[in-house]
Amino acid sequence: MNPAATAAARRQAEAAAREGYGRLLAFLLAGGAAFAAAEDALGDAFAAALETWPRDGLPDRPEAWLLTAARRRLLDGHRRQGVALGAVPALLLRGAALAPDSAEAAAAIPDHRLALLLACAGEAVEPAARAPLMLQCVLGLDAARIASAFLVGPAAMGQRLVRAKRRIAEAGARFILPGRAEVAARLPSVLDAIYAAYAAGAADPANGGALAGEALWLARIAAALAPEDAEAAGLAALLLHLEARRPAARDAAGRYVPLSAQQPDAWDAAMEAEAERLLRDAFARRAPGRFQWEAAVQSVHAARRATGRTDWAAIRLLYDALLGATGSPVVAVNRAVAIAETEGAAAGLAALRAVAGDPRLAAYQPFWAAMAALALRAGEAPAAAAARQRAAGLANDPAVRAFLLS
Amino acid sequence: MQAMLLIYSDETAWAAKPKQEMGAVYGAYMAYTAALKEAGAFIAGDPLQPSATAHVLRPGAGGLQVLDGPYAETKEQLAGYYLIEVPDMEAAMVWAARCPGATHGVLEVRPVQQMGPPPA
Repeated sequence: MNPAATAAARRQAEAAAREGYGRLLAFLLAGGAAFAAAEDALGDAFAAALETWPRDGLPDRPEAWLLTAARRRLLDGHRRQGVALGAVPALLLRGAALAPDSAEAAAAIPDHRLALLLACAGEAVEPAARAPLMLQCVLGLDAARIASAFLVGPAAMGQRLVRAKRRIAEAGARFILPGRAEVAARLPSVLDAIYAAYAAGAADPANGGALAGEALWLARIAAALAPEDAEAAGLAALLLHLEARRPAARDAAGRYVPLSAQQPDAWDAAMEAEAERLLRDAFARRAPGRFQWEAAVQSVHAARRATGRTDWAAIRLLYDALLGATGSPVVAVNRAVAIAETEGAAAGLAALRAVAGDPRLAAYQPFWAAMAALALRAGEAPAAAAARQRAAGLANDPAVRAFLLS
Repeated sequence: MQAMLLIYSDETAWAAKPKQEMGAVYGAYMAYTAALKEAGAFIAGDPLQPSATAHVLRPGAGGLQVLDGPYAETKEQLAGYYLIEVPDMEAAMVWAARCPGATHGVLEVRPVQQMGPPPA
């Protein structure tokens, strides 16, 4: 086998893993397989693919190949444990006997990933475990790869994920999509967890933010599988806008570049176009919400590519709506920055100081960075210097720290 | 709870740094220390003199033995520390990630063993 074909097979296996892992796991779980057994079987199937595809050539239907391999492993496992065949989920019996390229095996595998996402963000799972659990179950990332972004060690992350899966099993989750009303009620916690996964990935400078890109995949999957939910589309639009600009926040020498100093042609136009499409679809459903407003703010920033200016009055209105809906101190900080742009630095600084007593902001780095910028513009140099120092001390991105101290 | 942040860095590489770069790192530590103090998390923290100034004391055949140099010869040397007060290990990790030592060196975080009252 030549190296090029090996590399091609590896890429094929990786592509199949990204799209296929969650689909296959969700399918096996929906069919009644136990969580740990299904994961082990899939892991073995992907390992077998990496071994045989470079040697024997790529199968016509990689997913069907993987599913058949995983079903066989599951069935072997049941046999080894002496489980009576009557107790083996029917889908395993049916699938394991098929040739991987037979017509039935090649039939489209139904997509149960929304049920899997709902289970990952269900009440049985502690909130801190939801985002990592989605990254592992839906995208097939291992605990060690996820751990750093969430500031825990690989062993602790592994335990957290095992515990979460045990709780899901104990709660009797069936991995079958509930009715439309229940999906709508439970989707917000899925979207919150995906947003948390993105935030953790984007804040992890060591990893080059690779996990942020993975979280964007989750958002796209959620938007595609819950097409009636405006907020799912809103979240995908928001993360696409943020991801389109993330690389532009660094210059060639690795220095931090704030949004106002970024050149729009450094932004990813294809991602922005995808974001705009999703946001238009979301607004058409006339069910506004936090993620759609946040995405709209980013959409206004993105429009600088075409207009050469930023419509801060529009941003101000969007943050007014967001503040009314969420009462979040983080929104209040962003709104104060917009007020500084529309009504002047003194008004913005006053709005910022009005929320300064909120204990949630004491160690919130962007609050101090905003305070430093607005105080400087308002002519309060000593207050600006103190806030700048505080913002630098709270930064965990060395490029941001260096920017604030330069 | 209390946590210890132990900062390890390569002394030789550090000594070879241009003055301006050293100044930037000092500035980052000053900002970090100030942020810890503002948050009420600072208990203690200082840089240490180079490991060549260290002495090691250990039991020898004929009694106490005093040796020159650090306890272990390693690529990175213990260069400084912070002792911080935090609600839990999660908060300790958040502060650790902000520490400049995690950027220019290697940072070890250890929870401090809480001592109970002495046995009666």
